[in-house]
Amino acid sequence: MTPMTGLSVRSARSAPPPARHAATPPRRWRRVTPWLYLAVPLIMLVTFTYVPVVSMISYSFTDWDGVSPDRSYVGLDNYVQLFTRPELFSVFATSLFYLVASFAQIALALYFAAVLSFGTRLRGFFKGVIFFPYLLNGVAVAFVFLYLFQPGGTLDQVLRLVGVDAEILWLGNPDLANVSLSGVSVWRFMGLNFVLFLGAIQSVPSELHEAAMLDGASRPQIMWHIIIPSIRPIISLSVILGVAGALSVFEIPYIMTGGSGETKTFVIQTVKLAFQFNKTGLASAAAVVLLVVILLITWVQRRLVPEERTPST
Amino acid sequence: MSARLPMAALKYLSLVAAAAVVLLPLLTMFGTSFKTPEEMAAGDVLALPASWFNLENYRIAFANGNMLAAFGNTAFILLFSITGTILIGSMSAYAIDRFAFRAKKLVLALFLVATLVPGVTTQVATFEVIDAFGLFDTRWGPILLFMGTDIVAIYIFLQFIRNIPVSLDEAARMDGAGSFTIYRRVILPLLKPAIATVVIIKGITVYNEFYIPFLYMPSEELGVISTSLFRFKGPFGAHWEVISAGAVLVILPTLVIFLALQRFVYNGFTAGATK
Repeated sequence: MTPMTGLSVRSARSAPPPARHAATPPRRWRRVTPWLYLAVPLIMLVTFTYVPVVSMISYSFTDWDGVSPDRSYVGLDNYVQLFTRPELFSVFATSLFYLVASFAQIALALYFAAVLSFGTRLRGFFKGVIFFPYLLNGVAVAFVFLYLFQPGGTLDQVLRLVGVDAEILWLGNPDLANVSLSGVSVWRFMGLNFVLFLGAIQSVPSELHEAAMLDGASRPQIMWHIIIPSIRPIISLSVILGVAGALSVFEIPYIMTGGSGETKTFVIQTVKLAFQFNKTGLASAAAVVLLVVILLITWVQRRLVPEERTPST
Repeated sequence: MSARLPMAALKYLSLVAAAAVVLLPLLTMFGTSFKTPEEMAAGDVLALPASWFNLENYRIAFANGNMLAAFGNTAFILLFSITGTILIGSMSAYAIDRFAFRAKKLVLALFLVATLVPGVTTQVATFEVIDAFGLFDTRWGPILLFMGTDIVAIYIFLQFIRNIPVSLDEAARMDGAGSFTIYRRVILPLLKPAIATVVIIKGITVYNEFYIPFLYMPSEELGVISTSLFRFKGPFGAHWEVISAGAVLVILPTLVIFLALQRFVYNGFTAGATK
């Protein structure tokens, strides 16, 4: 379909233009041409992003169940429920685990990026190993860790080797489950932060740290006083992405624990409300809240960290 | 020099620890996939399998776990969504960078704002759209969703297209080429590095996507690798040796691609994330 549109442009342009416009055919066509290339992308963008957002907002003011033809307007009732019913509100507590985990993740990524940007043996190997989990299929990762966390499973047995003899319910204990799950999240996503930091550190001019080295600065000092300040933009971008990510956690807990009890995240709750309990209205309100929060976070980021790269056009 | 030594030891210790944390869960899974049910019953998780050539679990994964069909469906979806993403992304970038038109700022803003909308949450309403087109429980629903909103790809193409000198377009135009010929013969071939980047990022993302196929293709015969592996949980619930084989099957292609194309993979994901 798309190439056809393009082809018609070509034949139209190369065909002899009507006599009247003979002098200025390119200009006339140049006004229409970009739209022929943009038509399909824009139609898809509107159909699959903007139409859903608008209809989601409109559902959020109704009590629609997602199937029946009739729905009635309930005003802000769904939003009031979200923030007043404790069982709906409690999912934000789960996000806190992932929020803390994402800070730990950034710190670890920074440490390993620093270590590997100075000369290290087997650098390529360690870089690859640390990054690799980021590429893995989420379902496979979830199964790998379900197996690892089993009572008497790999983790318990490894702990026994180092002298800790206890069968710990890594996922069964409600106080521990979110810690284990956010640990999996760090395992899975740290690699991306790490590679981003590594790239940023390498673009810091080497004269800077060589000069500091000559002045007798130690590596941790160089890291703290020279490197971290020069890669600030990418660190703050990671923090923002971490905050947004902590709110949108879905896959790992959904597959590993079914998102039951304490491990239910905001997105799991939204999805369950919509597709299991047919509360489309309430689910839409929840989705709108998340959307607004993420837009706010991004706005704050844009204010705090002015873009240093050339902005797009 | 003497103060350096313990520092270096600590550094390597932490690296080895990190490598162990990454590899141990994966390697135990790999070892488990070669074990027999009897070995599993013995309960020693860390023991190596008796034979590394026991492929029985892989046979079960293919025969009863639907993995062959799953790879077929994944390949089908990958082919169409990657091709579509490249065409849509490069054409949008071409139009935005090479033409002056009035609503350009608005178009850019539409694309930009869309990046901020978290995909999982809008599914409540996206579902209605896909259903209205009659695409629920077909492979075209996910394909359209993967193609339709890849703004990262558009940005990658935009960055590359800016570095292609406009004089090349003009030279082609002098020779009588129309805008589509310029796109097809001048721009697209020069976009090869960007296309490679998009193929890798998009390929890995689509290959790993769980939620969209899970929601839009509930039929078992339409299972992609994520959803088919997810279904292992029921029938093979206690058979970790079979589940392990399934997980290894899913991870293996990723490992091969990563080892073969390391440099492109790193560059692709850094370009994609910081766009």
